[in-house]
Amino acid sequence: MTVDARVEALIRHIEKRRRINKFFYFLFFSATLVSTISLIVIFVTLSYESLNFFTQVSIIEFLTHTKWTALFAEKHFGVLPLLNATLITSLIAILVAAPLGVMIALFLSEYASPNLRSIVKPMVETLAGIPTVVYGYFALYFITPRILRGVWEGLQIHNALAVGLMIGVLIIPIVASISDDAMKAVPLDLRHAAYALGARKCDVALRVVLPAALSGVSASIILAFARAMGETMIAAIAGGFRSVLTFNVGEAMETMTAYIAQVATGDAPHGTIEFQSLFAVALFLLLITAALNYVGIKVVRKWAIRY
Amino acid sequence: MGYPILTEIRRSRVRLKKVLDRLLPVILSIAVFLAVAILASLLLTVIISGGHRLSWNLITNYPSANPNEAGMRSAILGSIYTVGLSTLICIPISMATAIYLVEYSRGGKLSSILSYNISNLAGVPSIIFGVVGLGFLAYWLGMGRTIITGAFTLAILTLPLVTVTSVEALKAIPDDLRHGAYALGATTFQVVRYVVLPRALPMMLTGGILGISRALGEAAPILVVSGLIFIREDPTSLFSKFTVIPLQLYNWISRPQQAFIELSSAGIIILLLVLLILNGIVIGLRYFLIKRAGQL
Amino acid sequence: MMIKSYTQLLSEYLGPGKDKMSDSSEPEVVKVENLKVVYGDKVAIDGISISFKKHYITAIIGPSGCGKSTLLRSINRLNDLIPNAKVYGKVYFNGVDIYSKDVDPVFIRSRISMVFQRPNPFPFSIFDNVAFGLKVNGFKLTKDELYKKVKDALVKAALWDEVKDRLDSHAYSLSGGQQQRLCIARSLAVDPEVLLLDEPTVSLDPISTARIESLLRSIKDEYTIIIVTHNMLQAARVSDYTVVMMPDDHMVGRIIEYGATKEIFTNPRDKRTEDYISGRIG
Repeated sequence: MTVDARVEALIRHIEKRRRINKFFYFLFFSATLVSTISLIVIFVTLSYESLNFFTQVSIIEFLTHTKWTALFAEKHFGVLPLLNATLITSLIAILVAAPLGVMIALFLSEYASPNLRSIVKPMVETLAGIPTVVYGYFALYFITPRILRGVWEGLQIHNALAVGLMIGVLIIPIVASISDDAMKAVPLDLRHAAYALGARKCDVALRVVLPAALSGVSASIILAFARAMGETMIAAIAGGFRSVLTFNVGEAMETMTAYIAQVATGDAPHGTIEFQSLFAVALFLLLITAALNYVGIKVVRKWAIRY
Repeated sequence: MGYPILTEIRRSRVRLKKVLDRLLPVILSIAVFLAVAILASLLLTVIISGGHRLSWNLITNYPSANPNEAGMRSAILGSIYTVGLSTLICIPISMATAIYLVEYSRGGKLSSILSYNISNLAGVPSIIFGVVGLGFLAYWLGMGRTIITGAFTLAILTLPLVTVTSVEALKAIPDDLRHGAYALGATTFQVVRYVVLPRALPMMLTGGILGISRALGEAAPILVVSGLIFIREDPTSLFSKFTVIPLQLYNWISRPQQAFIELSSAGIIILLLVLLILNGIVIGLRYFLIKRAGQL
Repeated sequence: MMIKSYTQLLSEYLGPGKDKMSDSSEPEVVKVENLKVVYGDKVAIDGISISFKKHYITAIIGPSGCGKSTLLRSINRLNDLIPNAKVYGKVYFNGVDIYSKDVDPVFIRSRISMVFQRPNPFPFSIFDNVAFGLKVNGFKLTKDELYKKVKDALVKAALWDEVKDRLDSHAYSLSGGQQQRLCIARSLAVDPEVLLLDEPTVSLDPISTARIESLLRSIKDEYTIIIVTHNMLQAARVSDYTVVMMPDDHMVGRIIEYGATKEIFTNPRDKRTEDYISGRIG
């Protein structure tokens, strides 16, 4: 074959290849759109059903009333008791997860040998892989009766404290793994510079690495808090379905997620206000967690750019 | 040396520092120990409570009011159906998304918006997927509270996780190989098909398995989609009503009788064993891949 | 089959009214006009104008960071693969502006092939590595034709004798020098007109280097070869023409001298070339 004939064959074939490539380009591109479309569907579905809800219940009542009695004869739709329960359990959770998670991260990034690290890290991450039903079970049948009741006799069987503690364990890996990444990203130079000035290892860990990784650490805490707010099964199993505005963590209280679970498992028929209230609560939860995630991701990116 | 007090203070501070320097790793490892201890006590509690309830009945029988006969056959089948179908939906979409983001778009503005939305989707609480599955798929689209609705819900729920792993798998392939193929006149699709994908596939597979184990453990979204129902028959089609293992466990956990609580412990042991096996496969695959990468 | 001229084919491929071809007897296969390449907001090379003559070996030399590789990667549009790389100016291949929007970079790359700094064979067998280009470019070949093509390429790349008994073994079982010759064979198998080499011997030992240099000289009658190197002796040994590049005060790569290799090395016009060649720069 001469060069020219070969080029002719090449040109003939290239159109076909181009078409195949284009076809797959569109296929792959459409697949990429699925996530974005899903987000839109989530938002539209929740908004539409909530709109039906808010034509019957004013937003003011929803946001300010202190009673949530959707499943009773005399109905009040004040989200505050649910929001309060969600915030209290999430706060307890973050009080557990933040110190433990940051300590584990510091241990992994500064002290653990590569071998130890490769054992400990997956073990810690296992905590996030355990089904949350199991945590709920553990909170209800071990933490409350065996541990908490030992020091606090008046504790109710269903209580916010045990829920918060268990969610805390669940989100330890989120704090630990993002913080660990942030600490690993602190340049070695910075550590060496501190050692060159006569710093000890604890100085380097606490005064150089921790402050330098602070934005990553705070992002991990924000993201973990958002995850805590969305946790359902632990709250549904160990927190009870009692929607009362209280600050006593020894009492049962119903989180937003537990309420959604309660309505969905009950027999509220499609189209009733109870059913629609489920979407309003879901939308409210989504907006809060989305705002938290937005801030969290923004902080993570900022720190990612710095190093 | 004119100020002996200052020297004394400095000395004691140095001593303090030395102690702290020794103590810090100990304090930090206590945190690690605590996390591991919680994990261990959780497993122990479950095994002590439910170990003696493990039996074939648990797998082969339908749920029953009699705890000695009750099993989770319908839940196991429901889990296999929904999670299996969701995997079939999720893995191709995730792989295609990862291929678009890494191989085709090469970091434009549009692709950064699209990948940002993937992390947004990852941040949506899992129960919201259930609520939307119920509102949009079950009622608006009329798919009902069925296996197929559950499968789609789980597929979208696990999509970000599996996509991120697939993206990492593709990014681990050195650019050298891609450029070598491009320099011979390969199209992007040919580069993906012949050079990138064969190499990245096992690693992508680990993402798929992680997605499966996440979907298997999810109770909240399925709870909303299917409701908490009592099923005493095998699913016959994708439009059957269904329940899944974590929901059956939730059902047993919520009952007052001790026997059912023990039964739930036994069920938890089985669920955790399945997850353990899946994670073992992931770790094994990764180990194999790292070893292979080291050889070449 | 009626054999059309190359220019004719290209103009058909590009469609009517887009005939920007010059005479095909033009000895300049690749012609670069006022090329500027920007990565993000950093200008890598600017004001590059140069022609590469058909069936000669041209060396591009210069200190590291002067944009030699960038220039090379502009010639087969490999810069397209780098995010935020922007190319301004013209690059003509047989008279066609390869950056005009009608031209498919895939076509350009199958006619202007490239060999890289580090050997990058595919994780397949030796045979499949060489056959890869034929496969992706859609050459319809029988088993025997394919075998012959692969063999020819390996012979040209001076690798045949070493691998003929183990074509099925994995490419990674070859030594670094053999891998690089495999990459050259892989490129030659698709019968490109131009072969670009980006410091092909930088990671190899002197013996492998000598082998590759002699194979380049042996194939130069069939191909136009452009080789980037920072090894001046290599440029002197293998090339007919030499381009000298140098970063300016803003670290933007520019061509400071171009001419017959003999001229450049014996009688450089530019003071900086003289300094560079005698080892005072770089």
